[in-house]
Amino acid sequence: MKSRKQSQVLLQGNEACVRGAIAAGCRFYAGYPITPATEIMEYMARQLPEAGGVCIQMEDEIASMGAIIGASLAGSKSMTATSGPGFSLMQEHIGYACMAEVPCVVVDVMRAGPSTGLPTQAAQGDVMQARWGTHGDHSIIVLAPSSVYEFYELTIQAFNLAERYRTPTILLADEIVGHMREGVSLPPQGELEIENRPRPTVPPEWHVPYGDPGTGVPPMPAFGEGYRYHVTGLHHDVRGYPTTRPDEVQALMRRLFSKISNDFERLQWCDSYFTEDAEMTVIAYGCVARAGLQAVKEARQKGLKVGLVKLKILWPFMRRTITGITESSRVILVPEMNVGQISREVKRVNQGSCEIATLNKIDGTAITPGEILSKIEEVYR
Amino acid sequence: MKESSHFVHKYLRSSKRFPHIWCAGCGIGIFMQALIRVIDKIGYSKDEVVLVSGIGCSSRLPVYVDFNTLHATHGRALTFATGVKLANPRLKVITIMGDGDAASIGGNHLIHAARRNVEIVSFVINNQVYGMTGGQSSPTTPYGLKTTSAPYGNLEAPFDISRLVEAAGAVFVGRTTVYHTPQLERLIEKSLKKDGFSMVEVLAQCVTYSGRWMGLASPVEMMAWQRDNAITVEKAAEMNETELAGKVVIGVLVDRERPIYDKEYGKLAREKLKV
Ligand SMILES: Cc1ncc(C[n+]2csc(CCOP(=O)(O)OP(=O)(O)O)c2C)c(N)n1
Ligand code: SF4
Ligand SMILES: [Mg+2]
Repeated sequence: MKSRKQSQVLLQGNEACVRGAIAAGCRFYAGYPITPATEIMEYMARQLPEAGGVCIQMEDEIASMGAIIGASLAGSKSMTATSGPGFSLMQEHIGYACMAEVPCVVVDVMRAGPSTGLPTQAAQGDVMQARWGTHGDHSIIVLAPSSVYEFYELTIQAFNLAERYRTPTILLADEIVGHMREGVSLPPQGELEIENRPRPTVPPEWHVPYGDPGTGVPPMPAFGEGYRYHVTGLHHDVRGYPTTRPDEVQALMRRLFSKISNDFERLQWCDSYFTEDAEMTVIAYGCVARAGLQAVKEARQKGLKVGLVKLKILWPFMRRTITGITESSRVILVPEMNVGQISREVKRVNQGSCEIATLNKIDGTAITPGEILSKIEEVYR
Repeated sequence: MKESSHFVHKYLRSSKRFPHIWCAGCGIGIFMQALIRVIDKIGYSKDEVVLVSGIGCSSRLPVYVDFNTLHATHGRALTFATGVKLANPRLKVITIMGDGDAASIGGNHLIHAARRNVEIVSFVINNQVYGMTGGQSSPTTPYGLKTTSAPYGNLEAPFDISRLVEAAGAVFVGRTTVYHTPQLERLIEKSLKKDGFSMVEVLAQCVTYSGRWMGLASPVEMMAWQRDNAITVEKAAEMNETELAGKVVIGVLVDRERPIYDKEYGKLAREKLKV
């Protein structure tokens, strides 16, 4: 094989996602065509067989999500990709993967909704659905890329987190990031940090399929390896068998939450620009963070002390990071292509310690640097 | 008898999972024992068998048996099973579904699994009712029958699940009842040995609901009904439609060859890997 070491390649965002997935060890993909995510399946269909994996077009998104759960239980790192309407259909099975602790990655390349909406135009309207789309109390991990390279990088990280915590991880991209092309240089495979699910180190008789080994994440054997166990979406005891006993139900639910929330310090992922002396901070994610950075640079040229924090993890919400920003800034601006899904969270964390301004656009067009700059000038004081 | 119960216990998760949730006289247990017998006879190892089910009384079966077991979501067993099989083709993947599971909420997955012909062996336990949720109409409830969701009688025509799956492309389709246990075991064995997607429809009594709706008071009466209304495929071939009305045709309905998805994909992958 010819080494592509550090050479620049021109990639579409969706293609970078596929490169990242395969580099992370993804060997099973199931999907259903939908704009603006279709290219992910098309690239997978070409590349997975060459990587020794399987790509299958299923009959719908419910089936796609079911298939990746099955494949993951059989030992393959698995992924699906979709957009709003398909993401809605996947929700029951996302909850199943939370409950049964099945690592998998779900990509939602956001388009404007509700319903069929604007199939070819970007939006950020699925932030809350990614958090709470499936029924019942649960925790979830959601990452948001803002460039082609980040789509590659965060896809690898999505697999790492899914495997580390045995949980579905959602990559919330948007039409702009999915469809744009940028030159990127991908690191050689050997330099990547790839994580794999914890595996049992004891013989089958001693293995407790849903017990807490101390980390909150039970080791996970694959079907066929001799560790015969029961997988269910019902509340279950440590052996995986259905239970309604409050003490067992409570212990399971607490563990499902705490295995992620206890690790919050490792889950504060953001990039900060011009924030050292910033009196005002723009908090943005996805395609809007790009416009935000340009706007902040222009504001600096005008002498305004403005910085940008680009969020890479949306859920669990980075309370620690955001609290730091609210303490150091006079004003925070949260521009979003929705009616204010992350700004609500920022306000919740802020609890009145600084002023929070919002800039919301829901007409299917991107928020421009100029629009963010005008808003900065309006609220900077 | 002693010997037979001992034999089955080898496959049951007896220490943890019993008593089971099924009503006394329910037909699902008869199917479970038949399945265990055949798996034992063929000699599969417990580790290579994966049982995948949906949600319902029938779909509770996997929790009781000592295989790799996956109790999925209502109607979607075949989607999970497809992922398991494609990720590890060496596994023997078996799905167990109810009639509502397979033909109503999961109807789309059923026809596509049959069309795609991934090697999955599926069993549909047809009790003509939604047992788990309390006796509502299912897509196989006979026309006119009163159920909890059709208190004035069912206004819909039932599906013939076997013919549906045949039309969708399954390479093996069989139908029988839990009364006909020797035939049940033969059909289970044939389907397990068949390459490609196979389905066996198993008529089973739900004593608690469909029995009540049909005016059959006991499991014995329900099994007598199965005995008296079953017609073999061979005999059915000599009967006309009016004579066959209300009867259940049992036996091997389809046995044919078609390209098998997982095998085809395997070939493709090997070619690609060589390049
Ligand atoms: C999405 C969803 N809808 C509804 C239900 C409720 N539900 C559970 S079992 C069942 C029907 C079961 O009937 P069938 O599949 O025939 O199985 P049986 O209990 O008769 O064996 C329903 C509607 C569910 N669990 N999930
Ligand atoms: S309700 Fe019907 S199908 Fe369910 S366990 Fe009872 S008899 Fe069997
Ligand atoms: Mg039923």
